[in-house]
Amino acid sequence: MDALFLQILNGLEKGGAYALIAMGLTLIFGTLGVVNFAHGALFMIGAFVAVTMQRIFNISLEIVDATQKDFLGNPLKVKVPYVIEWFGEGFGGFLIDWSVPLAILLAIPVMMLVGFVMERGLIKHFYKRPHADQILVTFGLAIVLQEIVKYFFGANPIPTPAPSDYRGTIDMAFFGLNLSYPIWRLIYFFFSAAVIAAVFAFLQFTTFGMVVRAGMADRETVGLLGIDIDRRFTLMFGIAAAVAGLAGVMYTPILSPNYHMGMDFLVLSFVVVVVGGMGSLSGAVAAGFLLGILQAFASMNEVKDIIPGIDQIIIYLVAIVILLTRPRGLLGRKGVMED
Amino acid sequence: MSKMNFSRRGVLKTGAVTGAGLALPTIFTSSASAYTNEPTGSSVKFGFNVPQTGPYAEEGLDELRAFELAVQHLNGEGDGGMLNTMSSKTLGGNGVLGKKVEFVTGDTQTKSDVARASAQSMIQKDGVVMVSGGSSSGVAVAVQSLCQEAGIIFMAALTHSNDTTGKDRKANGFRYFFNAYMSGAAIAPVLSSAYGNERRAYHLTADYTWGWTQQESIAASTEALGWETVSNVLTPVGAGDFSSYIAPVINSGADVLILNHYGGDMVNSLSQAVQFGLRDKMVNGKQFEIIVPLYSELMAAGAGSNIQGVYGTMNWNWQLQDPGTQAFVKSFGEKYGRPPSGAAHTAYVQTLLYADAATRAGTFEPCQIGAALEGFEFDGMGIGPTTYRAEDHQCFKDVLVMKGKDSPANEYDTLEIVEVTPRAQVEYAADHPMFGGAEASLGECNNG
Repeated sequence: MDALFLQILNGLEKGGAYALIAMGLTLIFGTLGVVNFAHGALFMIGAFVAVTMQRIFNISLEIVDATQKDFLGNPLKVKVPYVIEWFGEGFGGFLIDWSVPLAILLAIPVMMLVGFVMERGLIKHFYKRPHADQILVTFGLAIVLQEIVKYFFGANPIPTPAPSDYRGTIDMAFFGLNLSYPIWRLIYFFFSAAVIAAVFAFLQFTTFGMVVRAGMADRETVGLLGIDIDRRFTLMFGIAAAVAGLAGVMYTPILSPNYHMGMDFLVLSFVVVVVGGMGSLSGAVAAGFLLGILQAFASMNEVKDIIPGIDQIIIYLVAIVILLTRPRGLLGRKGVMED
Repeated sequence: MSKMNFSRRGVLKTGAVTGAGLALPTIFTSSASAYTNEPTGSSVKFGFNVPQTGPYAEEGLDELRAFELAVQHLNGEGDGGMLNTMSSKTLGGNGVLGKKVEFVTGDTQTKSDVARASAQSMIQKDGVVMVSGGSSSGVAVAVQSLCQEAGIIFMAALTHSNDTTGKDRKANGFRYFFNAYMSGAAIAPVLSSAYGNERRAYHLTADYTWGWTQQESIAASTEALGWETVSNVLTPVGAGDFSSYIAPVINSGADVLILNHYGGDMVNSLSQAVQFGLRDKMVNGKQFEIIVPLYSELMAAGAGSNIQGVYGTMNWNWQLQDPGTQAFVKSFGEKYGRPPSGAAHTAYVQTLLYADAATRAGTFEPCQIGAALEGFEFDGMGIGPTTYRAEDHQCFKDVLVMKGKDSPANEYDTLEIVEVTPRAQVEYAADHPMFGGAEASLGECNNG
């Protein structure tokens, strides 16, 4: 029973990441009509914003210590981070320790900027082109972004730990169960839930959100009313990029970032979008959590003993079943991506 | 209207003549050169086939650095590195057999089909006499078999699966790196003294040839100590998030987790196992422990502090104090500003060993080079006296048991050497059941 609850928690945490990425994909598809295969790369860039933040706080001055030797037998150059030099062990140490959560502050503007540049610089030229062209160009872009990150950060995963107080596990006792679960993974689940809620609130309760929703439903009519819907959609691209970026930043303590982590999530996130229903935000979120939990269950040894290899195919199996029974996905609307 | 008459005899005749005509140039070619890619000019070309992209890219790039350094040393540039320390004194820094060494590189992407295509191109287009490289046993086995068919020597670099010199051994393939059986034989006594003989082990295993053979080897060694293997769960390569595989470990009754993972997978699975608090747990009245049977410095750097106190094995480490290691670390460190990884060491040594064998044989003919390597005993290349066993082309030498350092002094100071396991302890018969048994055979050497 404990194992079952642990897998539910795993599924919720993983589902949170799927939901955040799938929501961004759906936002872009719903507003701009673009199938953005570079969205996984935005998740990866977000993760590397956290790595960059960590590197910035660890920029060090080198002090030669003659009493110690480096691997070649030369006097060792001891590195002291500038933040420690300037602010002391207390605050300087705090900045280094908290570099991942602090990276959120950097990630929001950086990711929005990346989103704007991507949309204005490349993707807007493909609005009127077939989806196949959009997929090809965004997929190509994803590979280019990957290689750029690899050039600067190398191919190996880079450790980006959570703040030291949140690295361990938390013991939980409820319904007669005693569970211990990594604190950061719980934080990630609540964080993703908060971001999802914030995006929904933004679309639901602001005038801007109302216009965007209207534009998603009927772009032409909104344009005829004299509203510059393109500008708003560009901003939505930025917001979608920021959501993917935030998902990436907070995921770094769970999965040490490497340059191809975006691709690993992209395919699954597309399945999530399709299962949820193209263009449906709530569908994307629901499908994200549903598939996350199903995947976690399928990884249990008891399940794999009955159906070997089920953990690898469960998501696709569910996608097939749902698409056969509900061709528009769980919450898909009529007329989206249909002639 | 023209009329066409086809008779069976006519078609056969035409076919035979055309076939002979097409075969003619090949016949001339094979009589012109005695073996595949016989070098005729003033230079000879080596092919270095490593992953430059994909999950093992960092290992591949470090191998490339070492290959480049080896070629420089062979051509008389730099300080000579291990040319000065290796026991065989045939190499004088004037190329190999008077020919300047050149090289081409390929990207395997850690995929067998891509690696084969890349090696094929090196052999057919670039005319290399030898192929080296590999950061995955699946790739190494595939490329080794291609080299066998093409009549080229394959000097395997990073490959740890028993199969490479076991059931998939080939006459044209040679491995300096140690293997999974040796890791098991070396680490078991250390585990016994550190954790006792009554342990229950849970294996997470990468689902391909290397993972399978390593799991089999480690399970056999630890079961011989009296440990029980609770479960072995296969995980896909590049899974990323291992949480759903780690969660079941907690309630399995196991008190040891053995991670048969490498590269990025190992970094992730180890970090996530630590996140789940496994190392803080007490199970069966004992402290829960994690073991990573195959270590690399690059992985250790990726895992950060999670690696502290975790045992594993290595083929070689830059902290050794013998003259060969010191010469190599100095050359490599001065050129690249970092100590070499174990992968780099193997790549470097294999290049020098090939060059030395060619020089001793007096030719680049694969079968004569193979004969020169078979049973070859050497020293001064990093980890004591070593023998290339003739029966399976596997090198036998001491093995290092390592442990993650508790308080690293710098970014390269991640692992410490716990024990240098003597070679006698890791030796096995060439027809050992884990290595294909009596049926395993090198086959015939192929000159192309």
